[in-house]
Amino acid sequence: MTSDTALTTQGLAAKGAGSVLLIACGALAREILALKAANRWDHLDLQCLPAILHNSPARIVPAVRDAVAKHRDAYDDIFVVYADCGTGGLLQAACAQMGVQMVAGPHCYAFFEGVDAFAARDEITAFYLTDFLVRQFDAFVWGPLGLDRHPELRDMYFGNYEKLVYQAQTDDADLTAKARDCAARLGLAFERRFTGYGELETALATV
Amino acid sequence: MSDEDHDIILSELNDEDLVAQMFDDLYDGMKEEIEEGVNILIARGWPPYRVLTEALVGGMTIVGHDFRDGILFVPEVLLAANAMKGGMFILKPLLIATGAPRVGKMVIGTVKGDIHDIGKNLVGMMMEGAGFEVVDLGINNAVDAYIDALLAEDADILGMSALLTTTMPYMKVVIDTMIEKGIRDDYIVMVGGAPLNEEFGKAIGADAYCRDAAVAVETAKTLIARKHNQGAAHA
Repeated sequence: MTSDTALTTQGLAAKGAGSVLLIACGALAREILALKAANRWDHLDLQCLPAILHNSPARIVPAVRDAVAKHRDAYDDIFVVYADCGTGGLLQAACAQMGVQMVAGPHCYAFFEGVDAFAARDEITAFYLTDFLVRQFDAFVWGPLGLDRHPELRDMYFGNYEKLVYQAQTDDADLTAKARDCAARLGLAFERRFTGYGELETALATV
Repeated sequence: MSDEDHDIILSELNDEDLVAQMFDDLYDGMKEEIEEGVNILIARGWPPYRVLTEALVGGMTIVGHDFRDGILFVPEVLLAANAMKGGMFILKPLLIATGAPRVGKMVIGTVKGDIHDIGKNLVGMMMEGAGFEVVDLGINNAVDAYIDALLAEDADILGMSALLTTTMPYMKVVIDTMIEKGIRDDYIVMVGGAPLNEEFGKAIGADAYCRDAAVAVETAKTLIARKHNQGAAHA
């Protein structure tokens, strides 16, 4: 399996096998491959874009467009495994225009928990991490926000947050300990919620 | 900055060199040096408004341009803003005491459900630097908070900010309520935030979408001037 660092910066290349291509965020690669293996979804192939696009939503739509254009002739169908992810509806519009389906919801935190259940919580002061984001916390949060160089900026970013919610896709004591440490570094309370794969699984089951 | 800067004694620089050095210090987020520079210029008899516009806003404009052009990133902009804030803290009471010009008044806040205030804070600070009076409502504002403040403060501009795709539609709720109350055209409505774009601003009926703080300032100046011109034409 490709390393988390590679998934962050480079993504994952499709294998060229299967009738349907999933074009996904690199942050979902392990989860999608786990689901694919568990459910024997041999008709699905997976192409991941660099997960770090999460930090630059404006780059997601053009990257997805390019990937769809590049691969669409080689597969019967394409399914985009992104939620809105900060694109302000532009990814949904692009997918509709390209004639491809995508996952519903504002972001992966919502579909891991369940879009409706997540919305019902209405937790505006919670900062979310998934398994992948816990493992890549420094690459996605600490470094890009400059907290490695300027820790004094922490409260400018996180002063309005109250807790870090770790949405666990798997049971992993080491990862939970790391997530707890992430919360401490950000000066936030910690809560772990096991979500499993949530609506990621139900969405992929329809493909 | 290079090592040679450690030897620079700000008080020994002439005005021109001092302002140039303050531009560098602002760029590098050196708050104490900015505070020292502001105090030196004031002591030399510069009017507070001149210190604000020539030394602080001038320097912050460079920061804004380099952020827009991808040369600087958010952490560096925050450090620069923090340095400017230090200078503003000294200047604010002096500006009030000396009756510095006021271009207009803005009510600003992040929308209901949104606690992300970095962009809003940057816009507020740059607007103050440009001579606007800013009433900051903080985070998580419901429609009534905006409208009550607009009326109570006799403001010219409403600024709304959102970072989340899930919260940005609330801007339309605010604008639609203003329309219902018959007060929409009494105010300039400016919106901003990472997931927004020009089309969204138009779709919800805002007067302008502003991609960053520098654009917000220029847009506000333009729209205020237009409003004043329209007022004069109808007088």
